[in-house]
Amino acid sequence: MVVRFEDVEFRRGETPPVLSHLTLTVDSGETVAIVGRSGVGKTTLLKLVNRLLLPASGRVLVDGRDTRDWDGIGLRRRIGYVFQDVGLFPHMSVEDNVSIVPRLEHWTPARARARALELLELVGLQPGTFARRRPHELSGGQRQRVGLARALAADPPVLLMDEPFGALDPVTRLEVRREFARIRAQLRTTVILVTHDMAEALALGSRVGVIDGGELVACDAPAAVAASADARVRALVETIAPPPAPRGAV
Amino acid sequence: MRLLEFWISHRSEVAALLLQHAALVLISTSAAILVGVPAGVLAARRLRPGRWMLAVVNVAQTIPSLALLGFLLPLPFIGGLCSRTALITLSIYALLPILRTTMTGLQQIDRSIIEAGVAMGMTGRQLLWLVELPLALPSIIGGIRVATVVGVATATIAAAIGAGGLGEYIFRGLSMADSTTILAGAIPAAALALVADALLGWAGRRLSGAGVTSATAIKSAGVAVFVLAVAAGTAYVRAGSDAVVVGSKNFTEQVILGELVAQSLEAQGLRVDRRLNLGGTFICDRALRGGELDVYVEYTGTALTAIFNQDVSHDPRTALDRTRELYARHGVTVAGPLGFNNTFAILVRGDDARRLGLQTIDDLRAVAGLWTPGFGYEFLQRQDGYPGLAKAYGLQFAAPPRAMDLSLIYRALADGQVDVIAGDATSALIPALDLAPLADTRQYFPPYDAVPVVRTASVLRQPAIGRALAALANRVSEADIRSLNAAVDIDRRDVRDVVREFLEG
Repeated sequence: MVVRFEDVEFRRGETPPVLSHLTLTVDSGETVAIVGRSGVGKTTLLKLVNRLLLPASGRVLVDGRDTRDWDGIGLRRRIGYVFQDVGLFPHMSVEDNVSIVPRLEHWTPARARARALELLELVGLQPGTFARRRPHELSGGQRQRVGLARALAADPPVLLMDEPFGALDPVTRLEVRREFARIRAQLRTTVILVTHDMAEALALGSRVGVIDGGELVACDAPAAVAASADARVRALVETIAPPPAPRGAV
Repeated sequence: MRLLEFWISHRSEVAALLLQHAALVLISTSAAILVGVPAGVLAARRLRPGRWMLAVVNVAQTIPSLALLGFLLPLPFIGGLCSRTALITLSIYALLPILRTTMTGLQQIDRSIIEAGVAMGMTGRQLLWLVELPLALPSIIGGIRVATVVGVATATIAAAIGAGGLGEYIFRGLSMADSTTILAGAIPAAALALVADALLGWAGRRLSGAGVTSATAIKSAGVAVFVLAVAAGTAYVRAGSDAVVVGSKNFTEQVILGELVAQSLEAQGLRVDRRLNLGGTFICDRALRGGELDVYVEYTGTALTAIFNQDVSHDPRTALDRTRELYARHGVTVAGPLGFNNTFAILVRGDDARRLGLQTIDDLRAVAGLWTPGFGYEFLQRQDGYPGLAKAYGLQFAAPPRAMDLSLIYRALADGQVDVIAGDATSALIPALDLAPLADTRQYFPPYDAVPVVRTASVLRQPAIGRALAALANRVSEADIRSLNAAVDIDRRDVRDVVREFLEG
C-alpha cells in the first residue's frame, strides 16, 4: 500500500508550522526511515498517516485516498503502530495484547489465537512460555517484541514505528533491531519508521529521510544520505562517527 | 453475657434488622454505582454534567447525615417517612467516593496505553470498556469498598426515620442508656461492614485477575449487582398497606407509649406496623401530617409550643382544647388524654415528705429557709424556671440553688447533697430512689398531658382505631408511667412484655 504526502503543512493554531512543504511517497513494501532531532515533527508525520491528525493544507493519501475521506477507525485498524513506550495493555496477557486488533475486527477466537501464537513465534518469543504472561513479567526487549507482534497482528499493509527501540538499553536495542531487520524481510508491509538515531535509520531504511526545521531536507538511499554534503544532514550523520578533532560549534 | 442472651432471645428480630440493614446498604450503594461510575467517566472527560455532579456531591457530603434526612423528609416524591428517604440519603453519601475514585482511576491511566488503544483503531466505547474501565477497576472497587463501609455505618441513622436496620437497637439503646442494646446493634453492624469489605476485596481481585475478559466480567458484575439490588428492594418493601402505622419519638417513655397504642390496636383486631424510635417531635409530626404515620402520642405543651408555635396555657383544659382545635385544622384528631402529665416536678426525699407531711409546693415554704435546692442549668436560667417558681410560690431557700447536671440531680437528692430538686414528673428514678413529687396547685408549670394524636382519615376508615384509643383514655397515671419507665430503664425489661403485663393487669 502506498503512502503519499503532497505538500503537507501541519500547524497548531497560529504557531509556526510543525511540518511544511512535505512531499514524500512511500512505495508499497518499502521501508522509509525518517531521522530528526527530538521535536522536529516526526511523530506528527506518523499521526498524519493514521488520521490522528489532519493536515492544515496539502493531502495525505493512503492507498490513493485522502485521509480526510477515510474513516479513522477503519484506517487505524489497517495500520500497525509501534510506540517507543510500547503501550501494552497491562491488564491483558501477552496473547490477548497481540490478538486485540483481530478481535476488534471480529475474527473468530480460534483464528485470533492462532494468529497471536504465530506472531509470537515470529518475533522470537516462545508462545508456550510467553502467551499467558502479563506485560510486567517481561523485560524491556521482550515487551518491545510483543508491541511489534501486536502491531502486525491483523496483517496491516502499513506499519508505523515511532522510536521503536528508543527506550531500550544499547545492547538490547541492537539485538531487537537485528531481529526487526530479520522479520522485516519476511513482510510485504510498507513501513515508515521515525527515529533520532541516524545509525538505526541507515541500518533499517531502504530510504532515509531527514527532517529539520519542519521540512524534509533529504530523502535518499542510505549510502547517499550518509555521504550527503548538506550541513543539516551531516550534523546527524556525524553523531554516529564523530570526527576526532574538536570543532568550535556543534 | 447479657449481650448473648439478648441476641438469642431476639434472634428473629436481629436477623430481620440485619437483613434490612444489608438491604439498605446494598440498594443505596448499587444506586450510587449506577449513577457514580458514569458520572465519574464524564467528570474524567471534563464534561459538564460530570463536573457539576462532582460539585453537588462534594457539598452534599459535608451535610451531617441527620440534617440531610431532615432536609429530604418534607420534599415531595423524594422525602417521606420511609426507606425511600433513607435510601436516597445513603445513595448521596455513597456517590462521592465512587464518583471520585472512578474519575481519578481513569485519569491515572498511563497516556501511552490510551494512545495505543486509539492508534489501534478502538472506538471511544471500546477504549472505555476494554482498556479504561478495566484499568480503573481497582480504584473504582476501592471507592465502592469505602462507600459500602461508610454506608453500613451511616445506615444506622435510617432507624431515625423508621426505615429500620440495626440502628433501631442503637437508638433504642441510646434512649434507654443501655449499652447492651446499643452493642446488640453496633456489633452486627461492624461485622457486616467487615464482611462486605472483605467480599468486595475478593471480588475486586477476581475481576482484575480476569484479564481481557474483564469487560464481560464488569458487565456481568454490574448485572449481578443490579439484580441483587432489585431483589433486595422487593424483599424490603414492607408488606400490608392496610396496617395501622404507629410511631413514637426516641426516648423510653415514648417507645412504651407507642407500644401501648400498638397493643391496644392489636387487641381490636387491627394489624399494626410499628415505627418506634423516630428521631424527634419534628419527624413524628411531619410523618403524621404527611400520612405516613397514623398515630403517635404527643404532649399538649409540646404540641402548642414546638409544633404550632403558640403560647402555652397553664390551664390543662384550655391547653387541651387549643391543641384539639389546632390539630383539627390539619386533619388530625386528638384522642382522650392518657391520664398523666409529663411536666416538671418539684421533688423531695420520700421520708422527708412523710415526716413533714409535704404534699404541695406551697408546703415547702415552711421548710425552705432550712433547705438547699438543686436545679439543672436550664431550669435555673429560664424565666419560666426557678425565678418564676420562686416568685409564684414565694419561696426563699437557705442557700442559693446548686446548679447541677440533670442526670446527677436525682442521685444528689437521694444522697442528701441537696434537699429539693426540679425533675421530670415521669422519671423512673422517682419510685426507684423513693422520691416524692409535690403537687403544683398553682399550675405554675405548663401542662404536658400525654394525648394520642391520630389522622382523622384513618379513624374514619377504621373506626376500631377510635375504639382502641378511647379505651386508653385515663388508663395511665403518673405513678403508672413511672413504674413502666422503671421496668424498662432500671430493670432492663422488654418493652413488649412490660406493656402487655400492664394492659392485662
